[in-house]
Amino acid sequence: MLTVGVSMLSLARFQFAMTTVFHFFFVPFSIGMAFITAIMETIYVVKKAPIYKQMAQFWGKIFLLSFAVGVVTGLIQEFQFGMNWSDYSRFMGDIFGAPLAIEALLAFFLESVFIGLWMFTWDRFKPAIHVIFIWLVMIGSSASALWILTANSFMQNPVAYKLANGRAEMTSFTGLLKNPQLWVEFPHVVFGAFLTAAMAVAGMSAWRLLKHKNIEFYKKSLKIGLIVGLIFSLGTIYVGDAQTRMIIKDQPMKFAATEGLYDNTGKKAPWAMIEGINAAGHKATWKVEIPDMLSIMSYHKTTGAVKGMNTINRELHQKYDKKFGKDMNYYVPPKTLFWSFRVMAGFGTLFALVTIVGLWFMRKKNNAIENKRWFLYVLGICLWLPFLANTAGWFVTELGRYPWIVYGLFTIADAVSPSVTAGELLFSNITYFLIFTMLGGTMIYFSHKTLVAGPELDDGSEKRANVDPFAKGAFNHE
Amino acid sequence: MSSLQLLWFFLIGLLFAVFFLLEGFDYGVGMSLRFLAKDEQECDSLIQTIGPHWDGNEVWLITAGGAMFASFPYWYASLFSGFYILLFLILFGLIIRGVSFEFRTHVDTRKGRKLWEVTLFTGSLMAPFLFGMMFTDMVKGMPIDAQGNLSASVGDYINLFSIVGGVAVALLCLLHGLNYIRLSTLGALRQRAQKLAKLLYPVLFVGLVVYAALLLFQTDFFTARPVSSWTLLILIVLASVVATYGAYADKEWLSFIASGGTLILLVALLFNGLFPRVMVATNPAHSILIKNASSSEYTLKIMTIVACILVPIVIVYTVWSYFVFNKRVTTKKVVE
Repeated sequence: MLTVGVSMLSLARFQFAMTTVFHFFFVPFSIGMAFITAIMETIYVVKKAPIYKQMAQFWGKIFLLSFAVGVVTGLIQEFQFGMNWSDYSRFMGDIFGAPLAIEALLAFFLESVFIGLWMFTWDRFKPAIHVIFIWLVMIGSSASALWILTANSFMQNPVAYKLANGRAEMTSFTGLLKNPQLWVEFPHVVFGAFLTAAMAVAGMSAWRLLKHKNIEFYKKSLKIGLIVGLIFSLGTIYVGDAQTRMIIKDQPMKFAATEGLYDNTGKKAPWAMIEGINAAGHKATWKVEIPDMLSIMSYHKTTGAVKGMNTINRELHQKYDKKFGKDMNYYVPPKTLFWSFRVMAGFGTLFALVTIVGLWFMRKKNNAIENKRWFLYVLGICLWLPFLANTAGWFVTELGRYPWIVYGLFTIADAVSPSVTAGELLFSNITYFLIFTMLGGTMIYFSHKTLVAGPELDDGSEKRANVDPFAKGAFNHE
Repeated sequence: MSSLQLLWFFLIGLLFAVFFLLEGFDYGVGMSLRFLAKDEQECDSLIQTIGPHWDGNEVWLITAGGAMFASFPYWYASLFSGFYILLFLILFGLIIRGVSFEFRTHVDTRKGRKLWEVTLFTGSLMAPFLFGMMFTDMVKGMPIDAQGNLSASVGDYINLFSIVGGVAVALLCLLHGLNYIRLSTLGALRQRAQKLAKLLYPVLFVGLVVYAALLLFQTDFFTARPVSSWTLLILIVLASVVATYGAYADKEWLSFIASGGTLILLVALLFNGLFPRVMVATNPAHSILIKNASSSEYTLKIMTIVACILVPIVIVYTVWSYFVFNKRVTTKKVVE
C-alpha cells in the first residue's frame, strides 16, 4: 500500500514537472516573440520602411506557432491543479483561485481576442492602429505571467493569509499583490522571456546569415535581437540577484543548496564555483572556491556568514516538528539545485557577454558580421540555451521548496488527489509524453520550415491560409 | 448560503453557458468539416469563419474553470479529480484541436492538411461529447465519500444516461455550428448547412425526449423543483422548435439565436437541478453543497468586484471583434 502511495505521488510530481517544463518552453518564447514582433511593427509604423513590416510578419509566424502550443499546454495546467492536486486545490483555492480567474479575465481574453484581430487584419487597419493589437497581445501575455506568479509567490512566501477552516484564507488582496517575492519573481520571469525570444531571434538570424540568405533582413533582425537580448540579460541578472538575496532570508535551505553549502561559513564566505556533492552523507567532497565571493553575492559586501544546509535542517526541525512531525526531510535535492543554478546563472551571464560582443561587431553601419562565421555559430548555439536556463530556473524555484508545496504550510505529500489512481496517472503521463513529443517536434519542424522559406514569401504571395480571409475580394457583402 | 455564494453559483453557470454558446458553434463548425466540406477550399472557408474567434471562445472555458477554482475550490477539487479520465480526454481533444488551426496553415501537401482537418474534427467532436457526459454524470449523482472524493467505477462514468447526454450536447453544438455557417458563408456551403440542419433537427428532438425521460427517472430534478425544471425543459423544446422553423423558413439569425438559446437553457436546467448542491452524491448525505464548497466571503467579495470591472470590458472588445469580422465567407475567391 505504501509503495503504491509513493509511486502515485511520484507520478503526479513527474507529471507536473513534465507538463510545466514543456509548457514553459513556449510561454516565455511567446511572450518574448510578441514583444519583439511588436517592436518590429512599431519601427515599421515610425519609419514606414516595408522591411520592418516583413520582419513583423515573418517573426510573427514563428510567434503564432509557439503561441498555439503554449495555449493548449496551458489548458493542461489549469485542469491539473484540480485533477492531480485536489487537496492542494482545497487548501489553496481561496488564495490561488482569484489570481487564476483574474488571469483569464484580464490576460487570456485580451491576448486571444487581439491575436485574432492581429493575424487577420493587416490590410484592414492603418498600420498605426494594427500595431496596437500586437501590443495588446504582448500586454495580455505578460499580464498572465503576473497573475500566475502571484499564486506562485504565495507558495514561495505566504503572505496576507490566515489558517482557518483547514485551509489558507486570503485576508488582504492587496497584501497578496504586495508580496515582495512577486516583485522580484515577475520581472525575473518576464525579462527572462524577452531574453529567450531575443536569443532565439538572434540565433535564427545568425543561422540564416551563415547560409548567406537575405543578408539585410536578417542583419536587421539580428541587431534587434541583440539589443533586446543585452538589455534583458542585464535586467534578468539584476532582478535575479535581488531574488537570490530575498531567498537567503525566506528560504535559506533553497539558497544553501544552490551553493552546495553544507556547513556554515565564517565571516568571509568563499563561493564554490563547482564542487562534488555527497547527498546521502550531507557533505561536499571537493570544491573549487573563490574567496569572499559568496559574501559578496549574498550581501553585496566582502564579509557576511552564510548558513549551511546541516544547520538549516536542524533549525527547520526545531521550527516545524510540532506541526509536521519528526520524520520530515528538509534537505532539498542538492545536486539538482546546485547544477541547475549554475546552468541558469551561467547561461544568463553568457547571453550578456555574447550580446555585447555581437553589438560591438555591429557597431558600424556597414559592418560585416555576416562574415564572422565563428560568432554566428556561437549565436546559433545560444538559440537553444535560454530554454535550458528557464527550465533550470524552475527546477531551483520549485524543487528548492521541498518538502512543501506551500512553503511552511502544506506539504507536497498532502497535496495530491486521494481519488486518482496510479494507473490513471501512468496512462496520462505516457499519453502526455507522446503528445508533447509530437507537438514539440511539429512546432520545431514548422518553425524550421518557416525559417528556410524565408521572409521573401511574405511579399504579396503569402500562403493561402495565412492570407487575411477578410481582405480584398475574399468576401462578398450580402 | 450567503448571497455572494448564490451569486457565484449563478455566475459559474453563466460562464459555462456563455462557453457553450460561443465555443458551441465553433465545435459545430469543426465537426461540420466532415459533413459539409467537399473539397479543400470549402474546408478553408469553414475554418475561416471561426479562425479569429475560436481562441477567445475557449477562454470562456478557462474562465469558468478558474472562477470555479476561485469561488468553489471544493467543487473544483472534487469535480476535476473525480472526472480524471474524462477531463484528460477532453484535454486531449482540445489540444489536438487547438494546434490544428495553426499547424494546418504550415503544411504544403493535401495529405498533411487533411491530417490536421481530421484532428480538428476529432477534437471538436470529443470536447462537447465528453462535457455532455461529465455534466450528466455530475447531476445524476456519483459515489462521493465524506471528504468529497469520488470513488467511481467505469459504469458510473459511462452509462446510457451519460452517453445520451454526450450525444445531445454534441448534436446541439453541431446544429449551432450549422446555423453559424448559414450565417457566415454564402453559396453551396450555406445551402448544405441548411439541408443538414433540416435533417438533424428531427434527430435532436428524439435525443431531447430520451434525455428528458432519463432526467425524469434518474435525477431528482422534477421532484425537487418541478416548476422550474419543467419550465426550462419546455423552453428548451420550444427553442429547438424555433430553430427548426428557422431552418425550414430560411431564417438563419432566428435559428442561430434559438440554437444558442437551447444550449444556454440546457446549462440552466442542469444548474437549476443541481442547486443547492454543487456535486450530487449517490448517498445524499455526501452531496457537496454550495454553502460548504465556497471560498471565504472575502475572496468572493474581491472576485465580485474584479468581475464587475473586467467582464464588461471583455464583452465590449469581444463583441467589437465579431463586428470587425462580420462578413460572409465565400469559397470562390479565397484562393488567390
